[in-house]
Amino acid sequence: MTQSSDKPIDRRQFIKTASMTLAGSALPLTMVELAFAKPADNFSFAYISDSHIQQIKGASFVRNWDRGLIRAVAETNLLTPRPDFIMYGGDLAQMGSKPELDHGAEILSKLNGKMYAVMGEHDYYLDLGEYWSKLFGKQYYSFDHKGVHFVVLNSILTYDDWTFNKWPSAERRMAEMAGLDNPNGSPFMVGDKQRQWLQKDLAKVKKDTPIVVFSHSPLQKIYKGWNFWTEDAEQVQALLAPFDKVTVFYGHVHQIQYNQIGNIAFTSAMATAWPWPYPQTYAQAQQLLPKLTVQMNRADPFFERDATGWQFIDIATGRASVNFNLYNNATRTVAFDAQEGHPKDIAYQPEDRRIPPQTHY
Amino acid sequence: MAPPIHTMLAVACIGFGAAASIHAQPLGLPPLHIPADNPQTPEKIKLGDKLFNDKRFSSTGTVSCATCHDPAKAFTDSPLVTSEGINKLTGTRNAPTVINAAYFALFFWDGRSADLEDQAQHPIVNPVEMGLANHEPVLNVVRTDPEYVSAFRTVFKKEPAQVTMKEVQQAIASFERTIISGDSPFDRFYFGKDKTAISAQAQRGFDTFLNKGRCVSCHVIENDQALFTDNRFHNIGVGINRIQNEVGQFAPAFLKAKAAGVDVDKAVLSNPKASELGRFAVTDSLDEIGSFKTSTLRNVAVSPPFMHDGSLKTLRDVVEHYNNGGITNKADHVNDFLSGGIRPLNLTDDEISDLVAFLETLTSPQFAAQKAAMANPPSCNVKTPSLIAAAPRSMLQSPVESSARQP
Repeated sequence: MTQSSDKPIDRRQFIKTASMTLAGSALPLTMVELAFAKPADNFSFAYISDSHIQQIKGASFVRNWDRGLIRAVAETNLLTPRPDFIMYGGDLAQMGSKPELDHGAEILSKLNGKMYAVMGEHDYYLDLGEYWSKLFGKQYYSFDHKGVHFVVLNSILTYDDWTFNKWPSAERRMAEMAGLDNPNGSPFMVGDKQRQWLQKDLAKVKKDTPIVVFSHSPLQKIYKGWNFWTEDAEQVQALLAPFDKVTVFYGHVHQIQYNQIGNIAFTSAMATAWPWPYPQTYAQAQQLLPKLTVQMNRADPFFERDATGWQFIDIATGRASVNFNLYNNATRTVAFDAQEGHPKDIAYQPEDRRIPPQTHY
Repeated sequence: MAPPIHTMLAVACIGFGAAASIHAQPLGLPPLHIPADNPQTPEKIKLGDKLFNDKRFSSTGTVSCATCHDPAKAFTDSPLVTSEGINKLTGTRNAPTVINAAYFALFFWDGRSADLEDQAQHPIVNPVEMGLANHEPVLNVVRTDPEYVSAFRTVFKKEPAQVTMKEVQQAIASFERTIISGDSPFDRFYFGKDKTAISAQAQRGFDTFLNKGRCVSCHVIENDQALFTDNRFHNIGVGINRIQNEVGQFAPAFLKAKAAGVDVDKAVLSNPKASELGRFAVTDSLDEIGSFKTSTLRNVAVSPPFMHDGSLKTLRDVVEHYNNGGITNKADHVNDFLSGGIRPLNLTDDEISDLVAFLETLTSPQFAAQKAAMANPPSCNVKTPSLIAAAPRSMLQSPVESSARQP
């Protein structure tokens, strides 16, 4: 693993290496084999998230969000060697409607390869996941792949009273949950039922088996006002604590985040739709920002795909290296650093490599 | 900065003159960067001019740099769709003008060359351009032709046996750095503050260019100069749209061939599908599939057809392509890899006409005169640009206003 921090491997190199291999030998040597010690354990998957397909009226959908997902799908289809599967990280729709989910599913249907899906709050709060489940199946489940135990959770549930009793209509409920800094909102949670299931599911798994968990919201507490938050995060973390190697991937935040809590490495996914700036807590100063008035903090508003993207992930000996494909920007890689014991951005650690934030006037 | 462009004087009936003078900066252009290891000298520029026009550097003795970058055609081969090399072989790309190419950060439509010096060597050995197997025949000529022997001795202090392609390329690049051209009606309007320099329609078009048309985001205008390019690469739905159903198979296959040693320069000019991969063929970067360099818009009106593949005949076609959001016909399928800046613009017919009128104000006086001359080929006694024809070269440092207007 340490080799990867010495020698960053970006997407371009990945493809290059792969193609050179195809040309040079009948046995495909993957990029991961070049980087890591135990080739048999290595594989990659693609991870697309937060497309927010939004219906305007009838067959008319927001073009910008459509293009983001279309492009991510087309590029994912060009990955060589093929990723073992594709994970969709949630918020396929904006207001959870059947036309939105259908339209998004149609775009996703162009993906070559097996796709798994995670529930997002924008997919859920109109009909409480009913139509989504018809399209994509179970809302929480697990599977094993090449020695890794994968778990998918529906982490965007909330208190029953909020869900079932508070709102006059399903549309209103969806709209309230879609708001940021909304006093009418409610914190996300995995909930008792799923945590019991998770406990049972993990009971069958050996402690040295690498665990990879997908949730839509972060299974850690970052910023409550935007639901960069899971209310019962600590309880979920406790269930994961006994395992040697745990990685949690989440969407929802539309920005690159990574963190380490105990044995758990966290990495977020970029959105294909739009980027979020950092919430107020990250400014480390009082901002008195009553509501989100500046939509894109750093993105170039001309290039609608700027600050969006998708990622492919190499799982090497149970640890993940996440390659962010960012349009109009340099590719970034967040890989687990075994020596330091946490994931880190390969390129931007030194102060002088960092890009200072813009000033708003 | 440079003496007049001799080539232009030699080929045109009407003698029109320099785009740049030794001292004066053409209105609307920034200072030109000259590489420290290749300083401009009058002798070197003259040598580069001669090399640029030498047909002996092709396998058939019929093609020089100037064949496709014809000074009489604003340094393009307009109206050809794609360039014609030896034996009438055609490549896949429309010849970009040399005018103001010196300001580009990267060369060729896909940026596969890092500077003018490097660029100059490739067409000579491309099988569909000048067709030589290698650069030896060029060196044989410049090492034996007495004029070249003398010139290389003067310019580079090199004896014939010491002359290499490096010196040949440096001389050509030096010559090309003299082919710069501003002073357009737009420059006089915007930088010269002459409110009468362009028509009311063109002024409306300029507003559309800056605002509703979103053109300026890539075709950049600064406060004190305008190169009309961001020196970046974008998928705007030209070329790639023709092969979009095959990208899934073809892009990986191309990378495989490239890894096996296929020459990108030759592949992109001889294989139409490889060509349409654009900058991806150079960088292997997924988000550059179908991307090509933003061209300058200076003198765009005198070098149809347009785009990297010459697929659009008129400026109106170009504007309509953008107005449709990256598709030439409204019923076409938008390609999956389209750049994020390209979207339908909802321009009205009038706004499109205004925008075209604006684009026509970007023509420098000497090329406007050229266009007028070409429109009247039987006689070279063109009335409109007669001031230029009769003018001493020094006068052309600040073009005569009446001659610079669009006819």
